[in-house]
Amino acid sequence: MTTADDGAALARYCLALGDDALIYSHRLTEWMTRLPELEEETAVANIALDLLGQARMLLTRAGAILGRSEDDLAFFRAGHEFRNVRLAEHGDRDFAELVVRLLLFSVWRLALLEKLAGAPDPGLAAIAAKGVNEVAYHRDYAARWVMRLGDGTALSHVKAQAALSALWPLTGELFRPDPDAPFALDRAETDPVLDAVLSAATLARPQTAQLGEVSGRAGRDGVHTEAMGSILAELQSVARAHPGATW
Amino acid sequence: MEQHFTDTIDAGRRIEPRDWMPDGYRKTMIRQIAQHAHSEIIGMQPEGTWITRAPSLRRKAILLAKVQDEAGHGMYLYSAAETLGADRGDLTRKLIDGRQKYSSIFNYPALSYADVGVIGWLVDGAAIVNQVPLCRSSYGPYARAMIRICKEESFHQRQGYELLLAMMNGTSAQRAMVQDAADRYWWPSLMMFGPPDADSPNTAQSMKWGIKRHTNDELRQRFVDMTVPQAARLGVTLPDPDLRWNDERGHYDFGEPDWEEFKAVLSGAGPCNAERSARRRAAHDDGAWVREAALAHAARTRNPPAERIFAATGAPDA
Amino acid sequence: MPDQQWPLYEVFLRGKRGLNHVHAGSLHAADAPMALRHARDLYCRREEGVSIWVVPSAEITASSPEEKDPFFAPAGDKPYRHPTFYDLPGDVPHM
Repeated sequence: MTTADDGAALARYCLALGDDALIYSHRLTEWMTRLPELEEETAVANIALDLLGQARMLLTRAGAILGRSEDDLAFFRAGHEFRNVRLAEHGDRDFAELVVRLLLFSVWRLALLEKLAGAPDPGLAAIAAKGVNEVAYHRDYAARWVMRLGDGTALSHVKAQAALSALWPLTGELFRPDPDAPFALDRAETDPVLDAVLSAATLARPQTAQLGEVSGRAGRDGVHTEAMGSILAELQSVARAHPGATW
Repeated sequence: MEQHFTDTIDAGRRIEPRDWMPDGYRKTMIRQIAQHAHSEIIGMQPEGTWITRAPSLRRKAILLAKVQDEAGHGMYLYSAAETLGADRGDLTRKLIDGRQKYSSIFNYPALSYADVGVIGWLVDGAAIVNQVPLCRSSYGPYARAMIRICKEESFHQRQGYELLLAMMNGTSAQRAMVQDAADRYWWPSLMMFGPPDADSPNTAQSMKWGIKRHTNDELRQRFVDMTVPQAARLGVTLPDPDLRWNDERGHYDFGEPDWEEFKAVLSGAGPCNAERSARRRAAHDDGAWVREAALAHAARTRNPPAERIFAATGAPDA
Repeated sequence: MPDQQWPLYEVFLRGKRGLNHVHAGSLHAADAPMALRHARDLYCRREEGVSIWVVPSAEITASSPEEKDPFFAPAGDKPYRHPTFYDLPGDVPHM
């Protein structure tokens, strides 16, 4: 028996994970036709497609509880209704940020999905189990690239370290306690993998402070970075210009 | 050796990479395959610009997969060109320096989401008419790449037509978008088959060598004959007052594309030429430090430590 | 800036269990692990393979057409290796 409260919490949680995937995928698709080599175009497109697929399943799961479709949730919510972490909405300024951010995101998301594969809701559990294989590949892709850049040339090392320092403040939010989550995830659980990759990449774990919140609220509470407005303006533009249209 | 080459072609067998071949054949083949590869890569841009704005998540996934396929097809083709001794880096340099061409169609702008559908329907439709005979190209690696590409592309045209059907069954604004996109893409699509046969001096030699299987005008006619009934089914009017069925010929008659515009676009004066090659150049040049870093890392370690790390931490390896 | 290109790798795919690896094409990669992953993303977008080999193109030794006779002629006069060499009546079952 699922109580109304359980259902609301599950919907909120599926929205959170779905929004992470949707907004992250959006940022990756911005890279299409701009990647450093053609082989990376197919690789990054695969990752973006995987995350888009996860977003669709999670929004559909949330929508089943909320009585809304995946498209209704993706295209007709306002910024403050999106629950993604702020790391997902960051716009990568170079390829070093792309792979470092993907490493931070996928190390965290993989750890999360592995736990959620045993979630009480069979729908969420199945989505998570499918996602584990996908995100393990994303983490592998990112880890290898972070090692190549960190332990590549002097220039690539500087860029990789700069990317890590710039993105590090966005990681604290990933480990905030979430009352909707069926399992807690502590930073200490993901540290061994992350530290091993950073060490192989000869990169130093930054000591930079975490990104501030607004009266204790951040991405999960619908309080985003300014970038979120531009993302949604673009993502929702065609759908909102033709309300009620089918595509 | 020349006799062996000619006999192989005349017998309808394939020329393979290490066979002797006339210099002209090799050069023509490299140029044609490279142009084809460049077209796939540049062709990612007009549709790629709409991925972030796709109006439904299903359409977004379809479009992203399609643009990814185009990157893949470009690579299959560069791979075929490299079997002839060409170097992909060199071909890319020629593309971004404007020394090698790509299909002129991609120098037109994609202005609404209906363009995604019309590009699938008309541009991919024309490309398929061009490409199906190339599956029998006399050069083996090119023919094999084309077979693979044609197989994968069958979904490209269908997704475009399906999108247009949905839009034509939608709001009046959607129908107007489709008509507008068809108006803009019809003539450039006809130009995709190249200049009229009378102005295509290399056709004869290319046919003899099995590089081309049909003339430009034959393929153009085939495309028009296929497309007119599809337009009627959609309820779209093709922007050609001379378009009508000719019972005597058993084909549709149609008007003459503006060949002056074709030449201008081909010579670099199209609406998007500068933008397309600038984007490709920026990606290549901005990526130089990344490619270099990967080589430096590979030189340092023949066995990157990722396996060891994930094994040591007990995490699953992909 | 010197433009260094990643080396070329040849890709071989096993389409399904029970079949040989077959040449699929080539790609560029900085090293073999990268080539393997690129091969997955490029040549297996539609589940075309259950197993992938990548080989540096420079490491492949190929017979050349000039060697055609000494290399392949010995097989050329052994048509009995081919099943079509044997002319059997049409009513022989299961052949």
